[in-house]
Amino acid sequence: MGEMLSVKNINVFYGSIHAIRDVSFHVDDGEIVTLIGANGAGKTTTMHAISGLLKLQSGEITYCGEIISKMEAHKIIRLGLSQVPEGRRVFSGLTVQQNLMLGAYTRRDGKEAIQNDFDMVYELLPRLKERRGQLAGTLSGGEQQMLAIGRALMCKPKMLLLDEPSMGLSPLLVKEIFKIIRDVNRNGVTVLLVEQNAKMALEIANRAYVLETGTIKMEGDAHELANNIEVRKAYLGC
Amino acid sequence: MQFLSYLISGISLGSVYALIALGYTMVYGIAKMLNFAHGDIIMIGSYVIFFAFGSFGWNPLVAVLFSMVICTILGVLIERVAYRPLREAPSLAVLITAIGVSYLLQQVAQLLWTSNAKSFTSVVGLQKITLFDGQLIISGETIVTILVCIVIMVFLTLFVNHTVPGHAMLAVSEDRGAAQLMGVNVNATISLTFAIGSALAAVAGALLCSTYPSLSPTTGAMPGIKAFVAAVFGGIGSIPGAFIGGILLGIIENLSKAYISTQLSDAIVFAVLIVVLLVKPTGLLGKKVNVKV
Repeated sequence: MGEMLSVKNINVFYGSIHAIRDVSFHVDDGEIVTLIGANGAGKTTTMHAISGLLKLQSGEITYCGEIISKMEAHKIIRLGLSQVPEGRRVFSGLTVQQNLMLGAYTRRDGKEAIQNDFDMVYELLPRLKERRGQLAGTLSGGEQQMLAIGRALMCKPKMLLLDEPSMGLSPLLVKEIFKIIRDVNRNGVTVLLVEQNAKMALEIANRAYVLETGTIKMEGDAHELANNIEVRKAYLGC
Repeated sequence: MQFLSYLISGISLGSVYALIALGYTMVYGIAKMLNFAHGDIIMIGSYVIFFAFGSFGWNPLVAVLFSMVICTILGVLIERVAYRPLREAPSLAVLITAIGVSYLLQQVAQLLWTSNAKSFTSVVGLQKITLFDGQLIISGETIVTILVCIVIMVFLTLFVNHTVPGHAMLAVSEDRGAAQLMGVNVNATISLTFAIGSALAAVAGALLCSTYPSLSPTTGAMPGIKAFVAAVFGGIGSIPGAFIGGILLGIIENLSKAYISTQLSDAIVFAVLIVVLLVKPTGLLGKKVNVKV
């Protein structure tokens, strides 16, 4: 199990706000790693820095041995690093099928291979299949989240970044989404999961990092962190 | 019969507005900016045709195609040099730059070709048709303008709704960041939009100057503003909106000229815009945009 993603001492500014201070962490091949923290801790900023939507002030991000921190966002995805953004951000004016097709935008390996992945996504997320001709804007929140995940899988990623997939969903749906994440990981996709729902995230993760006001406060085995008194007090409410 | 004749020439004028409005609306939808230099691209394109066809005697179709190529290059170049560096800048800065580019093009045209109006030879070879025993005469320019506009509209709609680059454009238009996460190259998509808009401007210029054969460096300015009004009228950012807005604007303008007053026709056009915006601020087919705080 080699190191797949490595974030080294990154600093990110939003205008004059120092949003991320000297953050370092890594994700190994095949793992589920979660980054937990409260609102405004810098989780989404970190995600955007990795996917290239935000520029770093300093530091370095490498993915599969390649430095990606100076690469443009639309090139990073070509390396198999796909993101499910916060708030789903599906294309509401396009159908489910068209959204998934855009997920495969970077692929040049032929119709047949893409069709296979359509089948794979529809098998994993059968509800999308029922709704494939429907405009994405008319889907429920849970279905939109599934679509966002399906869309991110259509580029055949080696690694999936998920930003708050449980946001705004009912507990039952949250369970369903987390089961899907686990399935995706079992199919060989490495996962970096950012969550406010620390309880669920720690349940499925191998390792975890706790982010507070832009710095990593704690890190370790997910199971151990879930039993850590400080974490329990601050994030699990017990 | 008189009414029918005014109506048809109104649709023809409206078709030209629609073609120009498509450029405004697509660029607005995708790059989120108002390209006020768009009207002046029409003027440059018309000069290209004027020389290629009028002076050098090229085949008219080849001259129009050549003008489309020149306008495409010009449009993409302007975007690359003037607008791309301002991608993250406040929209006011971009707007003022666009107005600056508009004046630049007009002044350059004036330097090169003087401000004297040139008489443009129509590129349309079609004969006029006479209907109802000579009561209704439709010029070849009118027919070609309407047909060309319909054909372009159909192709553009098919392109945007049924091809992958078209979907990429829709994606960038809806959510630039999410489109980037799909691997869509936003800069390339914006360039493509400028290319298409500018090529359509060249076609619009050819049709406009064939119907109204006087060409000067300010030829593109007024149709440019009117087409912008048409785009807003139909709902800026919407392709069918630009089409409907353009056609309606042309009809309103022509009927006002015929039945109310030639001098007041422009005022009436703008008054209609104000009324539409008061009743439906997003335009006829515009979507309500929820700004996330």
